[in-house]
Amino acid sequence: MKFGIVVFPGSNCDYDSYQAIKTLDLGEVIYLWHGDTSVNGCDVVILPGGFSYGDYLRSGAIARFSPIMKAIIEFAENGGLVIGICNGFQVLLEAGLLPGAMRKNLDMRFVCKDVYLKVQNHDSRFTHFCPKNKVLKIPIAHAEGNYYVDKDVLDELYETNRIIFQYSDKDGNVTDGANPNGALANIAGIINREGNVLGMMPHPERACESFLGSDDGRFIFKSIAGSVINEKT
Amino acid sequence: MTNYVVKIEVKFKPGVLDPQGETIKNALSNLNYSGIESVKTGKLFNVSLEAGSVDEALNIARDLADKLLANTVIEDYEVNILR
Repeated sequence: MKFGIVVFPGSNCDYDSYQAIKTLDLGEVIYLWHGDTSVNGCDVVILPGGFSYGDYLRSGAIARFSPIMKAIIEFAENGGLVIGICNGFQVLLEAGLLPGAMRKNLDMRFVCKDVYLKVQNHDSRFTHFCPKNKVLKIPIAHAEGNYYVDKDVLDELYETNRIIFQYSDKDGNVTDGANPNGALANIAGIINREGNVLGMMPHPERACESFLGSDDGRFIFKSIAGSVINEKT
Repeated sequence: MTNYVVKIEVKFKPGVLDPQGETIKNALSNLNYSGIESVKTGKLFNVSLEAGSVDEALNIARDLADKLLANTVIEDYEVNILR
């Protein structure tokens, strides 16, 4: 199995993602430079966090026009698994692979802390290894995670079970108090209609070893790897 | 072909919360301006370009706004010829 981690100018979670895949021993990992025009035979593409192109214009707005994005859009349209984390989620929104947009956090602050996530869909290709009833503890680190989408699309996301993660308290209650950024409906992560593209603001790659405070992120990467194996056999 | 300077203003759609605008409004209130009801932020782009006519220049500007300068999920834009 081969994971490809995209490196834009300004990405800063690329090596963390690399390390997570290595630590979990899930397979081969390569970097995909933003100027590359192919995903180079990867089974999974990770768009990591950071500040691609300095967040100029809007987060993710310039990255989406990189040569590699054309290859990733084609890869996704052919069913390839893509996970965008934080800035990677913002890039997926700008590229139109996921619906909605990010606004600045409600309190205008960059927020960096552990949050709790209620897993709302355990059947997705990104979460099927998450234990039922387990509330995930994973850090966030962003200034623009205030998810917005119009009401029709929000209804569709609910009806089609595509809201994967919601910010919650440690017992899994989705409350206003547990919402760190003002995101609509406490949305922390969503998938596309076909279920092969996930965007999430929290950083699972920073939570794959217990000495980091949590290793709940491993459930997500193990789910992804399990999906690739299932689909190959 | 003529050179035109096109002004493209990008602003949040009505109903989309503008946290920067809210924060600035609060700051203005702290400066003892009492009558400020709301502040909305936006972005301004002046683009110099070659086009065959005013209409063509405006069409190019709309295209730029649709494709890159505005995120039409949350933003509207307005184009005008500056000169």
